[in-house]
Amino acid sequence: MLYREVGQYHASYRTDTAIFPIRQDRVGMLVILAVAFIIVPVFGNSFLLDVVAIPFLIYALATIGLNLLTGYTGLLSLGTGGLMGIGAYTCYKLATWFPGVDIIVWILAGGVTAAAIGALFGVPSLRIKGFYLLVATLAAQFFLQWAFERVPWLYNNNVSGDIEVPTRTLLGLPVTGPNATPATRYEVTLCIVVVLTVLASHLVHSRVGRSWMAVRDMDIAAELIGIPLLPTKLLSFAVSSYISGVAGAMLVFLWYGSAEASVFSIDLSFTILFMTIIGGLGSLLGSFLGAALIHMLPIALRNVLPGIGLDLRPATVEHLNLMIVGALIIFFLVVEPLGLARLWQTIKQKLRVWPFPY
Amino acid sequence: MTNAAAGETLLAVEEICLRFGGVQALSEVSFDIKRGEIRAIIGPNGAGKTSMLNVINGFYRPNRGVIRFRGQSFTRMRPGFAARNGIARTFQNVALFRGMTTLDNLMTGRTLKMKRGFFWQLLRYGPAMDEEIEHRRAVEEIIDFLEIEAIRRVPVGRLPYGLQKRVELGRALATEPELLLLDEPMTGMNLEEKEDMCRFILEVNAQFGMTIALIEHDMGVVMDLSNRVVVLDYGRKIADDAPAVVKQDPAVIAAYLGVAG
Amino acid sequence: MDLLYLIFVDPFVQMGQAPDLLVQTLWDGLVSGVLYALIALGFVLIYKASGVFNFAQGIMVVFAALTLVGLYAAGIPALPALALTVVIMLALAVAIERLVLRPLLNRPDIVLFMATFGLTYFLIGFGQLLFGGETKQMITRQLHLPQGAIDLHILDGLVTLQKIDIAAAVIASVMVASLAFVFQYTRIGRALRAVADSHRAALSVGISLNQIWVIVWFAAGVVALATGIMWGARSEVSFALEVVALKALPVLILGGFTSIPGAIVGGLIIGLSEKLFELYWGPLIGGGTEAWFAYVVALIVLLFRPHGLFGEVIIERI
Repeated sequence: MLYREVGQYHASYRTDTAIFPIRQDRVGMLVILAVAFIIVPVFGNSFLLDVVAIPFLIYALATIGLNLLTGYTGLLSLGTGGLMGIGAYTCYKLATWFPGVDIIVWILAGGVTAAAIGALFGVPSLRIKGFYLLVATLAAQFFLQWAFERVPWLYNNNVSGDIEVPTRTLLGLPVTGPNATPATRYEVTLCIVVVLTVLASHLVHSRVGRSWMAVRDMDIAAELIGIPLLPTKLLSFAVSSYISGVAGAMLVFLWYGSAEASVFSIDLSFTILFMTIIGGLGSLLGSFLGAALIHMLPIALRNVLPGIGLDLRPATVEHLNLMIVGALIIFFLVVEPLGLARLWQTIKQKLRVWPFPY
Repeated sequence: MTNAAAGETLLAVEEICLRFGGVQALSEVSFDIKRGEIRAIIGPNGAGKTSMLNVINGFYRPNRGVIRFRGQSFTRMRPGFAARNGIARTFQNVALFRGMTTLDNLMTGRTLKMKRGFFWQLLRYGPAMDEEIEHRRAVEEIIDFLEIEAIRRVPVGRLPYGLQKRVELGRALATEPELLLLDEPMTGMNLEEKEDMCRFILEVNAQFGMTIALIEHDMGVVMDLSNRVVVLDYGRKIADDAPAVVKQDPAVIAAYLGVAG
Repeated sequence: MDLLYLIFVDPFVQMGQAPDLLVQTLWDGLVSGVLYALIALGFVLIYKASGVFNFAQGIMVVFAALTLVGLYAAGIPALPALALTVVIMLALAVAIERLVLRPLLNRPDIVLFMATFGLTYFLIGFGQLLFGGETKQMITRQLHLPQGAIDLHILDGLVTLQKIDIAAAVIASVMVASLAFVFQYTRIGRALRAVADSHRAALSVGISLNQIWVIVWFAAGVVALATGIMWGARSEVSFALEVVALKALPVLILGGFTSIPGAIVGGLIIGLSEKLFELYWGPLIGGGTEAWFAYVVALIVLLFRPHGLFGEVIIERI
């Protein structure tokens, strides 16, 4: 009964093309943002922030990055892990060279190199498609990971071979490094994720996003209508890689605190791809839902199973988690190929007519 | 019958040859399309009609021959160039963007006309938003014209075939083309849908003065709609004249009925 | 100048100075090439018969090997364990057909492809849940596979050939020959090729898709088991092999997705070239190049031949 759009008319195309045309959606969005910005950091303990909230947001951002490429433009990639690494290492180098500049600038700048390298590996996408393109992205993934391990310059010749995040402050408040409180890091993460999500949402609702989807659905027709294929695909690679790069920089600077090359392995690429598929290809909301499900599942397994009397070894929980994720992928592809986002749409549709479905 | 038929030549193909491996799809085909007319291309299955359209808008590269468009000569067209210079088309097997709504499909037709760059699109504010709304208005006019208001927000993959064909015509119209190429716009339609489609084609031609080249199998439709007909058989042109004349041509009758010799 | 010398001259000087090392490297490359080729063969089998690009093939290799070793560790003698593993691979094929392929019939290829990602993760979790995640030794001796090495004193040096590698090469050849025979000359082979061309057309002439798919996935499972045994005998059995198994992808790019000889040639090219590159050029850039060399080769090939070395060019129609 609460979810009705009756009586909400759009008298201009301006209100009709708004991203949330229904009032209840706008209110709901504001409530979620208020909870996220105020309630969570005030009442959340460090477990909630450090183990649940911060990684969830970072994974969601990375998933949005991949979703722009795979879900919106239809180009499959397993290079996300490598590109996230590029973001992290770029940010690290820049923060080392210019310690005076605000760290957030460098986190955002980390994506630029990733965008350039992502676009470079996207060049073959004009001529090759599908599985073939996947191999090109695997080349990027393995080459980059190798470079992270073998080029000491990237990690400032540290003995450990790790990136170690220095303490940096914003307005006198430590944002990164061991002295930054979880709440601060959470707020910074949230701000970046919200801003980039809004920008991404603008893009997919605009000419750019429509061109991407046109290329995805029928590339030949898109070309004959005047959408240039290579620039469109390269732009998708660049934007997607930019977001992945920023997410990678955040992963190290706002969550891990230090990281070695193996963090950015093919497994990370797979994790992000699974979040994209389960959340829903071609949906920004789905990116959040998919990231939430895949990230929370092992946490839930670890904490819930002992509660119901099943005391399993950590390794067993890990294996169980892999099985469930694998089965979920197949389940969603069979039952609901558009993922959690589509389920949410269906629920909303039902709500709209509830309690009188006929 | 429409009014035009006597304008200057908009597009001409001269001695076009196209080969796929050992198969000669088109051999030395020449004809012209005059500004403002409705030009039909007919012929039995496999005569090379679709290949001809593919050559005209640059999807296939001819092995030999010249394409003249607005007085300029090309040995081949390029898809992007054709699109930018006002050649639009629809496809035999509907090539819509299936995952997108009717509205979004039509909006893609406006891509070339939208000038605001990437960073404006990121902001989606001010001039970028004004531009979006301006083109939305143009698209809404086409939606109104084609009577597809009700399916505005439906993903086109879920629409029945006849409506998909109509949306595809809408997407081509959204580019505001000078030359519209229609590849079998009426296959798989029932009588009512065919009548609607005929009406749209005639109105597009009469109201906006758009030049149309169409491939069609339904002879009745071709006779009613077109000003001139070119007939292809096994990649060769066997007739080119007004519909009434072509209908009587012995070569055409032989091609369709398969007279020996 | 020095750099050019190091890249273009020095490696060949080294090859000339130590020909036994060169031969040893060639042999090692050949053997790992055979193993890549065997994984690629499983891909090709399934792709030819069902049009599905089975990303999980590499994992099926590990899963099969793990099952065999796990059963033996559970107290079942080696040969019955081998037989039981074959039965389990059959059960896996049936399960995959029922739970994955059949519900996804007539869906886009890319969806089936992504479903095999899910299958990959499921098998990794399932295999480890059943048999534990720790690294295991292949039961080479118990399976009566040849062990030890042959030392050849040639070219003023020593070249060591592991007997198990020779056995791998022989088994691979026999398997490839018999598969090629089945595909080309038997009724099932003809049905397989028909299914690969068009599911619907095959159905319309009375071929049972479900049966064909079970047969093919079972055959791929047996190939995976053979590969797993050979591979396990050379190193050890664990899911770390996953990364190595992915190398079947560049092999397929070179060899084409539909050609059995292509898979073999592609495997050998990749195996040989990455070993040579690592030994002679790798040190120039820090070593460890085997991680990416195969992919970069595939990428370069793709830039010039978008459908692979042996793949067919498809004329696009609209």
